[in-house]
Amino acid sequence: MNLNKLILKNQALRRGIIAIIAALLVWEILAHWRLWFGYSLPGIGLMPPPSAVLHLWGKVLLDGSYWLSWYASYSRVLLGFCLAMLLGIPFGLMLAVNRHLHALFFPIFEILRPIPPLAWVPASLIFWPTQEMSIVFVIFLGAFYAIVINVLGGARSIDIRYLRAAQSMGAGQWSLFWRVVLPATLPSIFTGAAVGMGITWEVVVAAEMIAVGGRVYGGGLGFFVWNSFVGGSTEQAIIGMLSIGIAGYLASSLIRYIGYRLMPWHTAA
Amino acid sequence: MNSAQAGGSLSIRNVSKIYDPEGANIKALHDCSIDIAAGEICMILGPSGCGKTTLLNAVAGFHGISSGEIRLDGTLLCNTAKPQAQQGPDRMVVFQNGALFPWKTLLNNVAYGPIVQQRLSPKEARAKALDMLGEAGLADVAHKYPGEVSSGMARRAEIVRALINDPKILLLDEPYRAMDALTKAIMHENLLRIYDLKPVTIFFITHDLEEAIFLGQRVVIMTTRPATTKEIIEIDLPYPRDHRVLSSEAFRLLVTQVKASVHAEAKKAFAAGEKERA
Ligand SMILES: Nc1ncnc2c1ncn2[C@@H]1O[C@H](COP(=O)(O)OP(=O)(O)OP(=O)(O)O)[C@@H](O)[C@H]1O
Ligand SMILES: [Mg+2]
Repeated sequence: MNLNKLILKNQALRRGIIAIIAALLVWEILAHWRLWFGYSLPGIGLMPPPSAVLHLWGKVLLDGSYWLSWYASYSRVLLGFCLAMLLGIPFGLMLAVNRHLHALFFPIFEILRPIPPLAWVPASLIFWPTQEMSIVFVIFLGAFYAIVINVLGGARSIDIRYLRAAQSMGAGQWSLFWRVVLPATLPSIFTGAAVGMGITWEVVVAAEMIAVGGRVYGGGLGFFVWNSFVGGSTEQAIIGMLSIGIAGYLASSLIRYIGYRLMPWHTAA
Repeated sequence: MNSAQAGGSLSIRNVSKIYDPEGANIKALHDCSIDIAAGEICMILGPSGCGKTTLLNAVAGFHGISSGEIRLDGTLLCNTAKPQAQQGPDRMVVFQNGALFPWKTLLNNVAYGPIVQQRLSPKEARAKALDMLGEAGLADVAHKYPGEVSSGMARRAEIVRALINDPKILLLDEPYRAMDALTKAIMHENLLRIYDLKPVTIFFITHDLEEAIFLGQRVVIMTTRPATTKEIIEIDLPYPRDHRVLSSEAFRLLVTQVKASVHAEAKKAFAAGEKERA
């Protein structure tokens, strides 16, 4: 059974790698089209070939400022995301468990929720003392809504039979919360976390493009992309884009891994 | 057969239950009375949607009744003045569709009750749970999650999870509903064996009449909604029973008798359903 899983996984891996190589090939050919075939394809503009991008990437990897961009974006994302989890999970659970608090907070929450995080950037730049704090705040907002909505929905849709079973067996409020409500909500918490993490990357990149202007180093991957574009290096802008993709992928893998460790029953079935 | 001390006696007197009396006003139970002796296996047989689960929920304390009275071992659980019984480990429920906690292993599911009641230390509780799972033939899968075992195993584990709390009465709500006949037969023999090891009053809901006759000492036939007791049939087949009983003449006669009674109700339920849809 384990062997089967391994083979299956490797098959998936192999297919994934093949697909990536194929995509790079097509891109390479398209980028050279004009040079190789003497005419340009309609609707296809200039783009650097992947070979050039990869070549430049090799050099960029040795550049400290590139890694500083990673560090800057990652620390913002993680800080905002962790704050969102720290506040969002208890807040969502509280709304689910307590009718009065739900009636009190939910309307405000629902009015603020449709406002896209990026619309908060100007107000937040004015409100928070540092630019750094305002970026983290917007990231926090992006993840917070997703987490709260999922936690709330998950905790509210707990099968009543679990609660009844636990209460019949003598569970008090404390045990009911920690041993039933929380584990029953964990899958939704992780769904919220995964969605929230996705949003944080969208937000961080946009926020960095808008807000970090002026700073040359440590502006983050969003700034890296914008700065490369302004500086005329499309190759480097693409490197930035792909880096963001990889960074986001690593972040969601981390969440999946933690979810897998915390919910062995969920993946077991 | 079983000592009269085992389990508790349940007395359900003139119980009625109306859902949403102000609005839809759905009469689920009407003047329903059943007496179950301590240690008896009493089967509640009725057509789908007649109000069986409603009655069980009232006994378990999951919701209130509109009028009547329910007593366990003579102690009042609920009546018209105090409509909802307190939930407690003296009445353990095995739910329709099963309700093992998916996030706990079978072992931890079973150990949960004694731990939260602080009757046993976690270590003792787990040791006892493992013992009891072993008796039920589940030692091998004790450390698996409910999602990893067959539905038959999960059902057995859920019954063990109920029994570890030493309930006076076991309330089973169609526990074998979705199972194939073969698995069901094995589950039945298994339940009777567990019952022999640890006699307890059993209140068993079903709409499978062969199941009712095979397991029960008495079969209470319910009318269609609003449910009330229509007929009580004594099943004087000797215990221990095994699958051979199913092909005996006595069993076939009982089936015919019960069928006649149930069929009339099922027809009414069907007609009522047609009317509601029209
Ligand atoms: N919470 C509720 N509010 C209103 N009506 C309800 C509620 N619960 C059940 N009913 C209705 O009461 C009737 C009896 O329901 P109940 O679940 O007790 O039936 P049942 O005999 O257990 O049926 P089944 O064999 O399908 O499990 C049904 O017609 C059902 O639609
Ligand atoms: Mg039912």
